[in-house]
Amino acid sequence: MSGTPGELAVRVAVPGRLDLAFDVPRGAVIAVVGPNGAGKSTLVQALAGLQPATGSALIDGTDLLALPPQRRRVGLVFQDRRLFPHLSARENVAFGPRSRGVPRAEARAAAQDWLDRLGVGDLAERRPGELSGGQAQRVAIARALACEPELLLLDEPFVGLDVGVAAALRIELAQHLADFGGTTFLVTHDALDALTLADHVLVLDHGRLEQAGPPAEVAARPLTEHAARMVGLNVIRERTRIRAFPPSAVSVSLHQPEGSARHRWQGVVRSAAPHGDAIRLRIDLPGGPQTGPQTGRPAVGERSLIADVTPSATRDLALSPGRPVWAAVKETAITSYDVPAGAG
Amino acid sequence: MTARTADPLGRVPVALVVPAALAVALLLVPLAAMVAAADPAAILDALRSPALQDALWLSVLTSTLAMLVCLALGLPLAWLLARVAFRGCRLVRALVTVPMVLPPVVAGIALREAFGRGGLLGAPLLGATGFAFPYTTWGVVLAHVFVSLPFVVISIEGGLRSAGQEYDAAAATLGASRWTTFRRVTVPLALPGIAAGMVLGWARSLGEFGATITFNGNYPGTTQTMPTLIYVARQADGDTALALSLVMLAVSIGILVALRDRWLVPG
Repeated sequence: MSGTPGELAVRVAVPGRLDLAFDVPRGAVIAVVGPNGAGKSTLVQALAGLQPATGSALIDGTDLLALPPQRRRVGLVFQDRRLFPHLSARENVAFGPRSRGVPRAEARAAAQDWLDRLGVGDLAERRPGELSGGQAQRVAIARALACEPELLLLDEPFVGLDVGVAAALRIELAQHLADFGGTTFLVTHDALDALTLADHVLVLDHGRLEQAGPPAEVAARPLTEHAARMVGLNVIRERTRIRAFPPSAVSVSLHQPEGSARHRWQGVVRSAAPHGDAIRLRIDLPGGPQTGPQTGRPAVGERSLIADVTPSATRDLALSPGRPVWAAVKETAITSYDVPAGAG
Repeated sequence: MTARTADPLGRVPVALVVPAALAVALLLVPLAAMVAAADPAAILDALRSPALQDALWLSVLTSTLAMLVCLALGLPLAWLLARVAFRGCRLVRALVTVPMVLPPVVAGIALREAFGRGGLLGAPLLGATGFAFPYTTWGVVLAHVFVSLPFVVISIEGGLRSAGQEYDAAAATLGASRWTTFRRVTVPLALPGIAAGMVLGWARSLGEFGATITFNGNYPGTTQTMPTLIYVARQADGDTALALSLVMLAVSIGILVALRDRWLVPG
């Protein structure tokens, strides 16, 4: 189970829900991001064999998709954890090895070992109902790893956990993933997960691969609005050119701005929430973005912007949801880059 | 039946309380009247009669055997209905429920045509082994199984469905075969539903009368169960029938309560 070099080549399709092709290095940690309904969970379920799919997933010439789920050597940590409620934590973790023919005593010892490594060895006798969310998630991860899988699939492992618990588990998980020799797919909504845990990011939308690359590259040059939002950026797409700018560069006013702001949009405040020292506004752009008369070319795909304003400005301008506003951004604050050929 | 006065949602509607109370009365008054009418001496006499002891033992024995057969055959069928989308699945489920709506006498006649000495399966069976179901204790068990199996299958199927198919998926990703998953995950999680189905089937067998007497007659010691004994006693002597009925009531309640404590407590 060492991270031998090689590729995992995936071509997978689920009619109406998913159509992807990508190659990732074996042993890598791959973050899978995208909005709800993008196909992230479908991809995970297809790789695990729980969702019928066509295509192939080749590891060392073995096609994973051709095997029944029981023989795939895939460890899946479900979003809802799905620990067996009638079995103790230890029996839950021993279940995989036992099902694969390991003798009872040996499987139990291995299970205890995995629970110890995940820091929940003292809870081995407890039933899932007697565990907190964080403890249950550790047991679920131990259960998946105890099968010594080729592929570890983590479906939003930090969802539903307290912020502090999630932070601690994230740090530990990084260590376990480093020790784990196989390939990991980590479905997440959190840019932090993608940036801290992953070697590689897949951005999904509408069941298709919109962007793939190292986390730093995806964070610096996001191609989709969802990926941009995850890293706290606005993106405007003009055909094959992307313009990205941070929410702090957006100025908000009640009247049409004058002066040097080249890009300005009329919109309606949808939400306002504290974000650090600022107030982060989400501004809906009903008519879509309007670029200045200089270009006169409508951009496509964008429906909203985020803007960070000071609390005093929020008060002075009464920026509550439903308020019509103008948003503007200076050309100098915008980073522009091309959409790579074939993406999008 | 008293509604909690402190219910934060307000008073319980009279329109619901009155019919509910009527329902309870309708179920309890006949039983209470029977208890009130009984003569304790007659009950003691009845308890001492060998006919009752034989019939009671036969009822418990055949109902228990029928329950075990229903479990052995019904659990796999319920699993197929709950977990496998096979062709004709809906048709099978509809067929399974037919004996539930069939008058038990008709069930007895149907059993005769199938397993009687000259029946479709009964004749070859008799030729091959010299054994025939009618008028034997095994015939009683067969009649019980026929009328109880639908209740057991439907009840267990409900238990398997509510036990959560998602755990089966989790077991599959951990490498468990479907058989292992069935044994180690599905059945343990559906145990309350399975136990409820068994109790229901057992109770249905205990009260079975029509199919049993039609298929097996009424021979003390081999086919005379409590319901048939009570029916025969009623023809001759109402007081004896009343006493026997009370014994039956006490046994039924006693065993249901015992099973409830042991099997049906949630958790």
